[in-house]
Amino acid sequence: MSISKKQKRKRLEDVIGAIYSIAIYTILYVPVFVMMIFSFNNQRYNYYWNGFTTQWYSKLFTNSAVIGSLWYSLVIAVLATVISVAIGTIGALGLKKYEFRGKKFVNNMLYIPIIVPEIVMAVALLIIFMKIGLALGMGTILIGHCTFCIPYAVVTIKGRISGDGYSLEEASMDLGANRIQTFINVTLPSIMPGVMSAAFLSFTLSIDDVVMSNMLAGAKNSTLPVLILSMNKSGITPDVNALTTIMILVIVIAMVLNNIIKYALKKRNKAEATI
Amino acid sequence: MNKKNIFKRKTLPALAMAGPVSLWMILFVALPMLYIIYISFMSRGVFGDVVYKFSLESYGTLLDSTYFKVIVKSINAALKTTVLCLLIGYPFAYYIAKKPKEVASRLIMLIMIPFWTNSLMRLNSWLLLFQTSGPVNQFLQSTGFINAPMSFVYTDGLVMVGMITTMLPFAVLPMYSSIEKLSKSLLEASADLGASRRTTFFRITLPLTFPGIFSSIILVFIPSLGIYTVTDMLGGGKVLYIGNIIKNQFGAIRNWPLGAALSVLLIVITGMLIYIYTRFAKIEDMEVV
Repeated sequence: MSISKKQKRKRLEDVIGAIYSIAIYTILYVPVFVMMIFSFNNQRYNYYWNGFTTQWYSKLFTNSAVIGSLWYSLVIAVLATVISVAIGTIGALGLKKYEFRGKKFVNNMLYIPIIVPEIVMAVALLIIFMKIGLALGMGTILIGHCTFCIPYAVVTIKGRISGDGYSLEEASMDLGANRIQTFINVTLPSIMPGVMSAAFLSFTLSIDDVVMSNMLAGAKNSTLPVLILSMNKSGITPDVNALTTIMILVIVIAMVLNNIIKYALKKRNKAEATI
Repeated sequence: MNKKNIFKRKTLPALAMAGPVSLWMILFVALPMLYIIYISFMSRGVFGDVVYKFSLESYGTLLDSTYFKVIVKSINAALKTTVLCLLIGYPFAYYIAKKPKEVASRLIMLIMIPFWTNSLMRLNSWLLLFQTSGPVNQFLQSTGFINAPMSFVYTDGLVMVGMITTMLPFAVLPMYSSIEKLSKSLLEASADLGASRRTTFFRITLPLTFPGIFSSIILVFIPSLGIYTVTDMLGGGKVLYIGNIIKNQFGAIRNWPLGAALSVLLIVITGMLIYIYTRFAKIEDMEVV
């Protein structure tokens, strides 16, 4: 009797938990679906649902402002990812392996861009750039993005460096490999998952960034998020909805493919292991 | 081993590896931070330039009623966001953490996916839903709940919806990982010793997951305090937080020392919270990613 009562209670809790979670997921996903639905809205500005159309998907490519800003964002995101992952990877290894004066200071500095509100970092960089007379543009946006991507990259990769010392690297060097060969053939493969997630994180942080890009942009070009922010006053046109719908679909498809490949590789490795 | 050898074997690799990141942090984090503190003690010239003479003018201006009101309002909104995110997020994190590992990692993934959509477009969706001629008003009118459309847009309420939906994952993830790490044997021991489930929760679960809760507080409260995109997108320039005011000082209004002083205020608040955090947990353990 008491067991069935306990089971009943557990079942009730499971149901309540499931309903609660579904409610939260709904709140998180509603904005995404609304964004997608309104990309099919037959209206120049999105005020209300005015019938279905796919015209925005074809017209999108004639809107040079939107497409231009997309390319600008993509170029910055790719460059920021490459720079941040390069500096972040060797930086994480260096900070883990070597002891030097000021290491604690650098470690603490890494947390500043992660924790301090982004607007503060952005204006601090802005006044420094103005002081040294650096012209605002792609270069300054890039420095801004790297400044918050590098710390995330370092933290992500540091967590992936195994704590078992450097026996493999020492073995590699003992066997006659030089530092660079050891780095490419031994160290890098062992931290590759961390490097990949750092790259993914850097790219998504950069491509979605508004605050740094807005503060550090020159007068000529703006990134896609900054363009969207400036469109907000007059109303965001449905072709932007179409563009962001395409972007999220590309990301989701890439993630699904990535998981399928990972799963297939795992299965193959397992099969090989059993043979 | 001679000196040259030591340099080649130890100093050079250390310099090559830790050098770039250290240099970047000094040039683009430490230096700008020091400079913004310095600027906050200067004063504003007639044409919006910076007059390099020590003054506490900007900090005095912060106490002016207009600015002081915005500061109080921002802190209030950030507190509300934090409390609501914790209250909504903890049971959610608890539910996920109690699932088998495979399922839990999928559920966590499911939280992240919406955040790969442009954040401004997600905010704009709330505007589309709640605007005067939007679906929510149409639905309420057609069902006869209201006669005239309600004005949700550009209100504090809608801004709060935007804040919570933007910040919720940052509350859920640290709490999830601390609940997940909680040892099951402790909970069983507590139950075996006759504690009720409520007692176990308040005496064991809650105290042991407190570091995770405090990480969530930091990761929600501090960004909420400086955010201006939510208020820009959903407040229509009518709802202003500290972030908006800082941005304006470096834009049209051109009062850098005042903007710098507001930034220093945010740095001080951040520093205080981090200091409290490091009293009982290591900063490295904060789940920032």
